[in-house]
Amino acid sequence: MEISVTDLSCARGGLPVLSGVSFQLQAGQALVLRGPNGIGKTTLLRTIAGLQPATAGQVQMPEDCVAYAGHADGLKAGLSVEQNLRFWASVYGQREISAAVGAFALTPLLDRLAHDLSAGQKRRLGLARLLVTGRPLWIFDEPTVSLDAENTRLFAEMVDRHLQGGGMALMATHIDMGLSQARVLDLTLFKADLTALAQDSFLDEGV
Amino acid sequence: MWALLIRDLTLAVRAGGGFGLSLAFFLIVVVLVPFGVGPQSDVLARIAPGILWVGALLACLLSLDRVFHLDFEDGSLDLLATSPLPLEGVVVIKALAHWLTTGLPLALIAPALAVLLNLPGPGYLWLFVSLALGTPALSMIGAFGAGLTVGLKRGGLLLSLLVLPLYVPTLIFGAEIVRRAVDAQAIGTPLAMLAGLTLAAWACLPFATAAAIRINLR
Amino acid sequence: MSIWEYANPARFMRFSRTVLPWVSAAAALLILVGLIWGFFFTPDDFRQGSTVKIIYLHVPSATMAINIWVMMLVTSMIWVVRRHHVSVLAAKAAAPIGATMTLIALATGAIWGQPMWGTYWEWDPRLTAFLILFLFYLGYMALWAAIEDPDVAADLTSILCLVGSVFAVISRYAINFWNQGLHQGASLSLDQEENVSDVFWQPLVLSLVGFGFLFLTLVLLRTRTEIRARRLAALKQRERVS
Repeated sequence: MEISVTDLSCARGGLPVLSGVSFQLQAGQALVLRGPNGIGKTTLLRTIAGLQPATAGQVQMPEDCVAYAGHADGLKAGLSVEQNLRFWASVYGQREISAAVGAFALTPLLDRLAHDLSAGQKRRLGLARLLVTGRPLWIFDEPTVSLDAENTRLFAEMVDRHLQGGGMALMATHIDMGLSQARVLDLTLFKADLTALAQDSFLDEGV
Repeated sequence: MWALLIRDLTLAVRAGGGFGLSLAFFLIVVVLVPFGVGPQSDVLARIAPGILWVGALLACLLSLDRVFHLDFEDGSLDLLATSPLPLEGVVVIKALAHWLTTGLPLALIAPALAVLLNLPGPGYLWLFVSLALGTPALSMIGAFGAGLTVGLKRGGLLLSLLVLPLYVPTLIFGAEIVRRAVDAQAIGTPLAMLAGLTLAAWACLPFATAAAIRINLR
Repeated sequence: MSIWEYANPARFMRFSRTVLPWVSAAAALLILVGLIWGFFFTPDDFRQGSTVKIIYLHVPSATMAINIWVMMLVTSMIWVVRRHHVSVLAAKAAAPIGATMTLIALATGAIWGQPMWGTYWEWDPRLTAFLILFLFYLGYMALWAAIEDPDVAADLTSILCLVGSVFAVISRYAINFWNQGLHQGASLSLDQEENVSDVFWQPLVLSLVGFGFLFLTLVLLRTRTEIRARRLAALKQRERVS
């Protein structure tokens, strides 16, 4: 299993943000995206997840391979923790949720409504959701926001186990979680410059 | 797929889900009309099919902006779009959930409200049948409008402006069935047209709606 | 050279600058001649009197109202398939013109209907269909206005235009079914049976073609404005980035 991104360019709100992004990810590897705010981390992750089209370049990966976890956890406030997990499990055709419950010590919370969870507890549930997807490539956008040190460690363990099992992870984060197999990709190298913008046909002097 | 349907139905009947609001709205519309047009029972009987259909249509409109917007806000729509479910299937399920929680209850209580408007006897059965047959089209067309406006912060009013002109054929055929039934005329043609509209809407619009949602997500 | 080259904004601007004076002159000339001929140099109809002369405004505006929607559908589909910005901007530019034409057709129809049918408004199928068409135009323009990102707006309005077209046709037949109506038959059709007579026909054709040129003038002008507005936005964006 391998994922390769070649010469990928992406745009946010019609403005090119990144261009020429290339990397490869083998089974068991993780890639951490770094860069200042606004560089286009979220845009790149959403492009790779297939939520928005790339303006140039390509992403090659096996079909049905991505599980995406964005800024929002996608939890339903009116459902309990267990119902939320079971729902996503059945969307991905899985039955077993015990691994997800175990990874973040969610057992005491199972019957609580997601509405009554704290921000950190919601995030734990949102991250545990990836364990019921059965997908090899996990994409995280700022996963450790509102997690305390203990849960950040649990998260790192969860990702490490996933990598050891042959999975892959791609994440945008600022903190160093001590993942064993992680490489770092600095996105400032790929910042789109004005030449990318100059291809806008409305900037032609004749207009 | 079924999990999504069950989740949506559960959320709709839980607190804050807004289930029952459209029924109450329908009741209020029907109650208000006699105040506007006067209490003469023959006048009310004459306009009853139209009022009941328009009332049901407006009540249906009321809950449309919830169809995709809540999922858009809490990020579920992103996750559903990257899940193994085809987005077209998600649209169908969402529209089905909307119909089960809005259109079907409206069709069920419409005959009861028809009593208030003095609907003549033969109309009751066909009022229910026409609404049961026509409200799925309203839900699907409404889901299309909701898909178009899902990315907008205050899309509710725009949604009504986009969807109401699309409701014209459904309303015409639906109300015509009841009017003809009351007048003891043949109802075969409008019935067939209404059924055709519903089937065509459910066959074609999921694709347009899914395309609109994909555009709104990027 | 292929027609697609005009999809380049710069080339479109050059082209439209050259043709605009000619197109607008043709519009003015044809409409003036058509209307003056029609209003003052045709006999009164034996049944309808001088009121019949409103057809020189009514029929062309009604024709344009429908054709502009068709043009918007075609240009929107060109955008969907080939991603030419000028194409979808032309659709955006055409919508208010189409809405205005629909309004003119409705207003002249009402003014004509008063002496003929004894009422300004009748739920006649054709009148009703135009009212619905007007609502479609309103929805289309409202969707453009509501969305900030121009490409997203272009995509979504194109989908709306396509679905709306299908529903507009269905609505037309539904309305026919709902009310048979008292509108007179076609004024111009290829089978000669119900045509108006030749004296009315010639100035009507002039006026029709004139309205076509008028639309062309307006849509070129408005598309130029839209393109300039997009250029302004692009320049501002470049400023912000650098």
